[in-house]
Amino acid sequence: MSGFNKVVKTYDEALAGLRDNMFLMVGGFGLCGIPENLIKKVHDLSVKGLTIASNNAGVDGFGLGILLEKKQVKKMISSYVGENALFEKQVLSGELELELTPQGTLAEKIRAAGAGIPGFFTATGYGTMVADGKDIKMFNGRPYVLEPAFPKADFALVKAWKADTFGNLIFRKTAANFNPMIATAGKITVVEVEEIVEAGELDPNFIHVPGIFVDRLIKGTFEKRIEQRTVKK
Amino acid sequence: MALSREQIAQRIAKELRDGYYVNLGIGIPTLVANYIPQGMEVMFQSENGILGMGEFPTEDKVDPDLINAGKQTVTVVKGAAFFSSADSFAMIRGGHVDLTVLGAFEVDQTGALASWMIPGKLVKGMGGAMDLVAGADNIIVAMSHASKDGASKILKKCSLPLTGVDCVKLVVTDLAVLRLEGGKFHLLERAPGVSVEEIRRLTEADLVVPAHVPEMTFHS
Repeated sequence: MSGFNKVVKTYDEALAGLRDNMFLMVGGFGLCGIPENLIKKVHDLSVKGLTIASNNAGVDGFGLGILLEKKQVKKMISSYVGENALFEKQVLSGELELELTPQGTLAEKIRAAGAGIPGFFTATGYGTMVADGKDIKMFNGRPYVLEPAFPKADFALVKAWKADTFGNLIFRKTAANFNPMIATAGKITVVEVEEIVEAGELDPNFIHVPGIFVDRLIKGTFEKRIEQRTVKK
Repeated sequence: MALSREQIAQRIAKELRDGYYVNLGIGIPTLVANYIPQGMEVMFQSENGILGMGEFPTEDKVDPDLINAGKQTVTVVKGAAFFSSADSFAMIRGGHVDLTVLGAFEVDQTGALASWMIPGKLVKGMGGAMDLVAGADNIIVAMSHASKDGASKILKKCSLPLTGVDCVKLVVTDLAVLRLEGGKFHLLERAPGVSVEEIRRLTEADLVVPAHVPEMTFHS
């Protein structure tokens, strides 16, 4: 690596320094836009006791589901986890801790972590169990819940579409989802992409995430499994 | 006759207005997209990052990078936009979405709604529902009026864990259209052939019934 070049050649380099009990943020919505090869590498490295913030928890045999199989995850922070039989079993047996967070609050806790904002007020969840024990403040006659930002993730794992060698990122369609915010919120942000071009080849007007947020960049090949293939009859 | 799922969606579609940005929840709300009145332009927001969601793709147009909030493959319409989850919930929390339609297990006359958790059953999560109900001024709840054994779901106070408080305005059930105002549900319309007495019997909440309650009409 030299200068602003963020490109690494191997997944070992991409996840160098990953250890037990770390806090990870992982991009994706369902199986769409997940950093599937980075997740596989976390699996292969057999690190344990992970806390993972990710909107969903993958499915059996794919995405974050493979980390559950090896019991590498201590705690999941997600908004919806309905697609995964193994997940259910581990939560019910108490092996896996689950913190359910409203989807918009989850997105903002990540965004705030990256933006240096320690907490924020939201109307979301007021009067529900999500607000239990949290500070409430009135603004213009309406109650809001104080939500703390996440701490920065030890590793933020991101999937983007294209990048230049400096780590400027472009996402594709709904595969963006949580990835742009997660890219900003890592102590070490690792991004895997479908294509890496030379710096200067991407139009600066159309960069979604500037390279300042990115530490390591790797080109992967992707299966892109579809969760609910739905077609017009 | 109680309304079918399609008829509930058809009735809700009458609340659409030209130029509305609309978020439809999973289940009956999704069906509303099939009944946009002729000559009206409406754009559907999907909270995973689409404004301008279109119909399901043909087999050759399936794209794993293009799904809706139910994780189904979809398409987009002309003039659509993609964005991050943070931007999506800025639209939702920030009150930019004109209409939100979602399902519920129970609603009550304090304006609370329960839709995400049944104690004793496995909790899958609230997804974006808590943000949607907190952010929208204009919410329509699509639900069944009572359980199969006749227990009302239109209550004085919800019994299940809440999704939000002070958010219910208009409710369309298989039996009736109800507006919540001043801490009471007002019976606006009834399903064809369903009597006011039956609705009264299946409504636990305080119900205001005007002298004349029109029947809904449907074009088949």
